[in-house]
Amino acid sequence: MAKQLIKGNEAIVKGAILAGCRFFFGYPITPASEIAEAAAYYLPRVGGTFLQAESEIASINMLYGAASGGVRAMTASSSPGISLKQEGISYCAGSELPVVIVDIMRGGPGLGNIAPEQSDYNQMIKGGGHGNYKVIALAPNCAQEMCDLTMLAFELADKYRNPAAIMADGFIGQMMEPVEFPEALPRLEKKEWAIYAEGQDDDKLICSILLDPPELEQHNIKLQEKYAKIRQNEVRYEDYYLDDADFILIGYGVVSRVLQSAVDELRAAGIKIGMLRPVSLFPFPTEHIQHLAERVKKFIVIELSNGQMVDDVRLAVNGAKPVEFYGRMGGVVPTTDEIIANVRKIIEA
Amino acid sequence: MNESIGLKAHKVIINEDECKGCGLCIEMCPKDVLFEQPHLNRMGYHPAGYRGEGCIGCGHCFYACPEPGAITVLKKGYVEIEEEV
Amino acid sequence: MAVTAYKKAASFYESYERKSGLKDVTHYCPGCGHGVLHKLIAEALDDFNATDKTVLISPVGCSVFAYYYFKVGNIQCAHGRAPAVATGIKRVLPHSVTIAYQGDGDLAAIGGNNILQAANRGENITVFFVNNAIYGMTGGQMAPTTLLGQKTTTTPYGRTTANEGMPMKVAEIISQLDAPVYVERVAITDAKHTMKTRAAVRKAIKNQLENKGFSLVEVLSVCPSGWKMTPVQAKQWVEEHMFKIFPPGVYKDESAERDIREANKFIFSTEDIRSKLDIPSQEVIKSQIPQVPERYKDPRMILAGFGGQGILMLGVGLSEAGMEAGYNVSWIPSYGPEMRGGTANCHVNLSTNRVGSPLVSKPTVLVAMNLPSLDKFEDLVVPGGLIIYDSSLINRAPQRDDVEVFAIPATELADKLGNTRVANMIILGAYIEYTGVLTKATVLDALPNFLKKKTMVPLNRIAIEKGIEFARQKMNKS
Ligand SMILES: Cc1ncc(C[n+]2csc(CCOP(=O)(O)OP(=O)(O)O)c2C)c(N)n1
Ligand code: SF4
Ligand code: SF4
Ligand code: SF4
Repeated sequence: MAKQLIKGNEAIVKGAILAGCRFFFGYPITPASEIAEAAAYYLPRVGGTFLQAESEIASINMLYGAASGGVRAMTASSSPGISLKQEGISYCAGSELPVVIVDIMRGGPGLGNIAPEQSDYNQMIKGGGHGNYKVIALAPNCAQEMCDLTMLAFELADKYRNPAAIMADGFIGQMMEPVEFPEALPRLEKKEWAIYAEGQDDDKLICSILLDPPELEQHNIKLQEKYAKIRQNEVRYEDYYLDDADFILIGYGVVSRVLQSAVDELRAAGIKIGMLRPVSLFPFPTEHIQHLAERVKKFIVIELSNGQMVDDVRLAVNGAKPVEFYGRMGGVVPTTDEIIANVRKIIEA
Repeated sequence: MNESIGLKAHKVIINEDECKGCGLCIEMCPKDVLFEQPHLNRMGYHPAGYRGEGCIGCGHCFYACPEPGAITVLKKGYVEIEEEV
Repeated sequence: MAVTAYKKAASFYESYERKSGLKDVTHYCPGCGHGVLHKLIAEALDDFNATDKTVLISPVGCSVFAYYYFKVGNIQCAHGRAPAVATGIKRVLPHSVTIAYQGDGDLAAIGGNNILQAANRGENITVFFVNNAIYGMTGGQMAPTTLLGQKTTTTPYGRTTANEGMPMKVAEIISQLDAPVYVERVAITDAKHTMKTRAAVRKAIKNQLENKGFSLVEVLSVCPSGWKMTPVQAKQWVEEHMFKIFPPGVYKDESAERDIREANKFIFSTEDIRSKLDIPSQEVIKSQIPQVPERYKDPRMILAGFGGQGILMLGVGLSEAGMEAGYNVSWIPSYGPEMRGGTANCHVNLSTNRVGSPLVSKPTVLVAMNLPSLDKFEDLVVPGGLIIYDSSLINRAPQRDDVEVFAIPATELADKLGNTRVANMIILGAYIEYTGVLTKATVLDALPNFLKKKTMVPLNRIAIEKGIEFARQKMNKS
C-alpha cells in the first residue's frame, strides 16, 4: 500500500475529495486555515469549487445551499468560527441536510488562543444552536483517522441526512503521519429529496419551519428516532488494554495519544490500567462504559477542558463507580509524566 | 387568434372566494368597471365585483391584485376551449 | 404572441397544500405587496419556461412561506442568509435560476454583509428585495429602511437620525459595486410603476438565464398591516413619502454590455483522482529498518532552532525517510504566531512500535541549532540521550554530563558548500551516520519526496553526504 507522510489537515481534504466532496466553503482561522488552503488547492483540480466566504455564518449557509443541491460539501473552522456557525448547524439539522463540518478546536473563551483545547465538546455535542438536535461527531487522533473519519462523516451524514462533524485539535491537524488512502471510492447516488433544478422539484422542500406545534412535534419525534438509530448503529471507540483493567483512562483526540503512552508506562510498572478512547463523541459509547463500570474500580477522564465529556461518562456510569477528572485548559497539553503522576495520585487516593 | 370563434368582449372573472376585499383592483381600474360588493365572502371580506361594460381588457386589475387566482382577465378573442384541451 | 389572458401563472401550485386552512388563498394580509410581486415573478418564470429549473430561496420575513405558492425547488433558510444559501446552490446547479427573495430586515439589517458580498462576487443570481420600510412578520418594528419620523412599534416616537440613523438606500449601495450587472428600484403603486416592476423582474431573471451575473430589483412595497393603513392609503404613502427617499429608477444596468454565456453544469468526476490529489501510487516502504545500537533505537526527538534554519524540514526529512524505512513516525511542529520570527521546533518520533504521544517531553535526541534552543531543551533530554548541536552558532557546550554530546559546525560546513540553509541536511547526514537509525540510501531516496523545491535536491544531497562524512571522521577519531 502506498503511504504518504502528510498533515492531518491535508488528510482531511484528500479524504473528503475521495469521499466525493466537491464543494468547500470556508473562512480563515488558525489552526484550521490549512484545511481551507488545501481545499483551495485540490478542489479546482478535480472540478470542484472552493469558496472563501465572508464569514463563518455565510460559509455554513453556503453549505446549506450546496447540500440542498444534493452534493457532498463541507466547511472547516475553529472554535470561535464554530460558535458563529451554530445557527446554521441548527438549520441544517432541522432541514435534515447532510453536511460535514470540521472543527479544529482551539483555546477559549473569546479569542482565547490557537493552542489545542477540547472545550467545544459542549457546543458541538450538546447542541450549541437551538432546538432538539444532534450532530454526529467523530474525533480522530491521528492523520490516518483525519482521512478515514472524514470519509466516514460523509457516509454517515448522507445515511442519516444529518450534519456530521469532525472534532480535532491543532496538534492532530498540524501533525504529519503516514496515511494510506483507500482504493475504493464510494458510489454516490442521487438523493430523492434534493433539488436538482431539472423539473420534479415541485414536491421537494428544504425547510425547518413548521408552524403547527403538533406537526413540529412530529418532526422532532422523527429526528429523535433518527438519533436513536444513530446511537444504536454508529458508536465507535477504541479499547486499549481494557481486558483486565482495574482503572480506565478515558480521553479522545490528542489526549488519547498521551494516554496511550501513559498506559504503556503504567502497565510496565505493574498497574492494571487501560484506556477507552471514544471515536464517536455522538453517539457516545454509553453502553460500553456501563458494562465496564460493572468490573472496574475507577474511571479517570482526561480532557483539554474544564470537564465537558466527563459529564457523559458520569451519566453512563450513573454513580456505580467513581469517575475522576483531570483536565488542562488554555491550550496546555499535559505530558505523559504529568498524566502518570496525576493518575497515580487518583489511583492511590 | 381567430376572433370570430373567441370571446366577443373582454371578460374579467373575479373569484370571490379568493378575494380579500383590499380594493386595489378597484382603485387601479382606469374605466371604473370594478366595485366593492355589499355582501361578505367566506373570509368576511366584501369581494370586488365586475360590471363588464366599458372594460378595455387592460389587465391592470390583474396586476394590482395580490392574490394569484382572484382575478382572471380574458381578452376579446380569447378561446376558452383552448383551456379545456 | 399577443396576450389573450391574464390569469394565475402555472408556476404557482394549483392548490397550496403546504398551507394550513384555505388552500386557494395566500397567507398575506389584504393588499400586501408580496402577493403582487409573487405574481410578477411567477408570470416571468412561465414565460421564460424556467419553472422547472428555478430554485427559490425564502429566508425569514412574511415571505418565509413563499414555498407554499411557487411550484419550483424551494429552500427556506435562516434570517438574512438567502444570498449565501443562493451562492451555495447556484455553484452546485449553475444551470438553475436561483432567486433570493428578501425583505428589508432580512436583506438590509441582519443579512447586510451577505448581500453585499454575494453582489460583489457577482453571483449569477437574482435578488428580489422587498422594501416595505418595516418588519412585517414580527409585527411592525423598525427596519433599516424605515423613514425618518416613521412610527413603528420600536420607534414609537418616530425614527430619528440621532438614535437610529438615516434610512438605508440599498439600490444605491449595491449599484456602487463593480460586479452587479443590473440594479433597479421599482414600485407597485400604480399601473405604470407596476409595469416597470414587471419589466424589471423579467430583466433580472433573463440576465441570470443568460449567465450575465448578479441582478437586484428593489421593490417599494406596502405593508398595510404594519403601517396601519388601508391598502389604498398605503400605496399613496409610498408615492408621497418613500419616493422622496427611495427614488425609483435604474441604478445600474450593464445587461446589454455583458456577454451571454452558457451555464456550465457541474459534472462529478473521479477520473485520475489519486494523481490529482498527489497520492503516491507506489509502495513507499523501500528499505528496511537497520540494526540500531540499543541506545539510539526508536528515537524521540526535539529539533529546535531559528525559524529559517530549516528545522521543520529536518524533522519532515527524518519522518519521511523513517516512514520509507518502515518505522512508525510522527512529526509535530510548534505552530502559530510563535513560528513568526522567534524559534521553531518540532517533535519527531521514529518507532518500531505504534507511536503513542507525538509530543516529546523526554527526548532521547535533541538537535539544537541555536543557543536559545539548547538553553530551553537541554534539561529535558533523558539520561543517556544524545544532544546534537550546531557548534558554529552555539558558543557553549551542553552542561549535562549524563548525556552524549555531538558537536557539528553545521552552518560553517554548509557555508563552505555555498548555502548556509543546508546546515539542516548536514545535521541529518551526520545524525543518521552517527546513530545508524537510517541508512544513507533510504535518506537519499526520500530526499526528493520531502523537499518541496526540486531544484534544491542536488545541493541537499551533497549536504547530507557532507554530514555523513563529517560523522565518519568524528567516529574514527574517537
Ligand atoms: C436570527 C433571527 N432573528 C430574528 C428573527 C425574527 N424575525 C423574523 S422575520 C423578521 C423581520 C422580517 O422583516 P423583513 O425582512 O422586513 O420582512 P417582512 O416581514 O417585512 O416581509 C425578524 C426580525 C429570526 N427569525 N431570526
Ligand atoms: S381589465 Fe382593465 S378595464 Fe377591465 S376591469 Fe380590469 S382594470 Fe378595469
Ligand atoms: S385586488 Fe384582488 S383581493 Fe383585492 S379586492 Fe380586488 S380582487 Fe379582491
Ligand atoms: S404584515 Fe405586512 S408584509 Fe406581512 S403579510 Fe401583512 S401586509 Fe404583508
